[in-house]
Amino acid sequence: MAVTKGVILVGGPSKGTRMRPLSLDCPKPLLPVAGKPMVWHPLSALAKVPELTEVIIIGFYEDAVMSGFIKDAKREYPNLAISYLREYRPLGTAGGLYHFRDSILRAPVPQNIFICNIDVCCSFPLAEMMDVHSKHRGVGTILGVNVKRETATQYGCIVHDPETSQVLHYVEKPESWISNMVNGGVYLFDKSLFDEIKVAMDDKTARAAEDPLIQSDEILRLEQDVIVPLAASRKMYVYQTNDFWRQMKTAASAVTASSLYLSRFLKNRPDLLAKPSSSIIAPSYVDPTATIDPSAKIGPNVAIGPNVTIGAGVRVKDAIIFEGSTLEQHACVVHSIVGANCQIGPWARVDGEPEPEKDTKGQISVTVLASEVTLAPETHVRSCIVLPNKSLSRSSANQVLL
Amino acid sequence: MKALILVGGFGTRLRPLTLSWPKPLVDFCNKAMILHQIEALVKAGVKDIVLAVNYRPEVMVSVLKKTEEEFGIKITFSVETEPLGTAGPLALARDILGKDDSPFFVLNSDVTCTYPFEAFRDFHLSHKCEGSIMVTKVAEPSAYGVVVTKPGSTAIDRFVEKPVEFVGNRINAGIYMFNPSVLDRIELRPTSIEKEIFPQIAADGQLHSYDLAGFWMDVGQPKDYITGTCLFLSHLTSQHSPLLSDPSKNKWVYGGNVLVDPTAEIDPTAVIGPNVVIGQGVKIGPGVRLQRCVILSNAVVRDHAWIANSIVGWNSNVGRWVRVENITVLGDDVTIKDELYVNGASVLPHKSISSSITEPRIVM
Repeated sequence: MAVTKGVILVGGPSKGTRMRPLSLDCPKPLLPVAGKPMVWHPLSALAKVPELTEVIIIGFYEDAVMSGFIKDAKREYPNLAISYLREYRPLGTAGGLYHFRDSILRAPVPQNIFICNIDVCCSFPLAEMMDVHSKHRGVGTILGVNVKRETATQYGCIVHDPETSQVLHYVEKPESWISNMVNGGVYLFDKSLFDEIKVAMDDKTARAAEDPLIQSDEILRLEQDVIVPLAASRKMYVYQTNDFWRQMKTAASAVTASSLYLSRFLKNRPDLLAKPSSSIIAPSYVDPTATIDPSAKIGPNVAIGPNVTIGAGVRVKDAIIFEGSTLEQHACVVHSIVGANCQIGPWARVDGEPEPEKDTKGQISVTVLASEVTLAPETHVRSCIVLPNKSLSRSSANQVLL
Repeated sequence: MKALILVGGFGTRLRPLTLSWPKPLVDFCNKAMILHQIEALVKAGVKDIVLAVNYRPEVMVSVLKKTEEEFGIKITFSVETEPLGTAGPLALARDILGKDDSPFFVLNSDVTCTYPFEAFRDFHLSHKCEGSIMVTKVAEPSAYGVVVTKPGSTAIDRFVEKPVEFVGNRINAGIYMFNPSVLDRIELRPTSIEKEIFPQIAADGQLHSYDLAGFWMDVGQPKDYITGTCLFLSHLTSQHSPLLSDPSKNKWVYGGNVLVDPTAEIDPTAVIGPNVVIGQGVKIGPGVRLQRCVILSNAVVRDHAWIANSIVGWNSNVGRWVRVENITVLGDDVTIKDELYVNGASVLPHKSISSSITEPRIVM
């Protein structure tokens, strides 16, 4: 089998603002989802691909931000070369890839390159994508996902030939409905991708020279600037997954993604999950350094981080509790995220609604407490976003608390 | 001595509780509302009680039958075929109220207070006029009818309905005493005693006001029922009533004003109070937190639930980690599933709630 490499695009601090307030304290790629940093999920999927020699993470976070994760990842996957490459100037997703082409293509020279966006949560059916990819003569294979008609235009829409899986047409976030199949944010490209990016770059420069309305900048986006022309020249194919898939752009979506990954762990990584007991309902993740009172009830779909303390009679369901937080006796946390080092008083309640499929502007579903938030005993915070270091002594609903 | 209690209609303001029980039989601090009144009347020497009602529920007849026997009194239902207002029922019950020369009490069934009927009777007899009105002081009189007395006297000068300017803060407490001669002023037709009869008697210099000491509340709707409960419990505390749970003997009592029926079972890890009434056969689970609420008989509140400012109806079941607040009223036999939030809901009897009610509404 040919050498394969993986690239994970993690963006940077100026991106992912919709992940606020969580991303104010914790860089998005490192946000814990199902007990693991977001970036771990694509990485662990890539690690299972046979002949995959190297994973390169590209973003514009400082090296120090990612170094801890890279160290841990190397320990977990000793046979894999893992590195973080930092972009210093915004080049766009395709521009960034091209900028680091020498690093990606260095020996062992890969025949194929997986590219994963950080903000998708899915089963990463990489073996299936490889299977499709190896049977066509195109440049790339996209992971295609069927979504509801009313949400399709939020994504890159794909029209394909169901017989051949060839992509016939691709439009990023169209104004009107085109198809229910959308871009899942995971790609497998032949190494000739870099030639195609070069063509797209030259093309853009040429157009900018002719048309003063087109801005001449260095930014080149993978979807609009590369995949669109590749689709038009019939060089793209699609592998359609019927497995779970969600976009992870908002803090609320982390709860959904966490529960999807936890359910998946039931099948493929039960070793990562907390053992079901009188107080733990599967699937749940409990960090070994967390303390859980035996009278508490945790789960399903709960991820509890390091050094968390869960008091007597506490209830946690459909929630993520970040490291160092304390939930005092009889507190109840449902459909919520509790940031790092929060203090939830006795009988306090933190709850929200499940994340809706389509966002309604101004409506908060999941409650998100950022780090170091203190909630007084018996207070109730419902469908709120609470910024860091707030001390709440009164109940609140449906608002952002600055 | 005689008394007439103005019970009236279906008690729609206290629904959903009154869908299951007639309003006078709804428990207030673990005793049917009307029994508080009847007991106080009996203490003041009343032997004949007329209940002015629009309808006569069988359950009320049978309950009051027992009361008659217990206290050796006569209770008569006076059924209006059409609404007669607040004065008409007196004319309808003329045969009983006017059967001798002794004065009679009239009270609105929604009113709770200390019912000082003996002192009120003595006051009435002392001024030798036709009528007496109990008055209570309120902070904001502009929403009520204010009673204005003649300077230096208990004789009533006039009534000012919803005063714009401050004329006084004594309002009609809905409890009266009359000589039978007042019946000559009332015809058998819909009449308001406050608007049509009192001004006449006052004009004749025959109406006096009696200052009610202590608390007073019209408990005809859930919000006021809860407030009235708190006032009643505070009164019990001020009286050092043995009915209240003693915090020194029950470590689950928090802040006092907690009234628990002896047949209720309370887990020692619950924290209850202040201002909580727990009825017969109620079960309170571990880690439950209750404050300013009423749990009616045979209801179950399960582990770690949190209830405030609400009424839990008879036989209802509040699930684990449920939060109930903001004048929620659960009717008879309502079930709230685990972990839900119930905010200001009025839930009709026999409903099972399986998703949170985040904004106040009625659940049919």
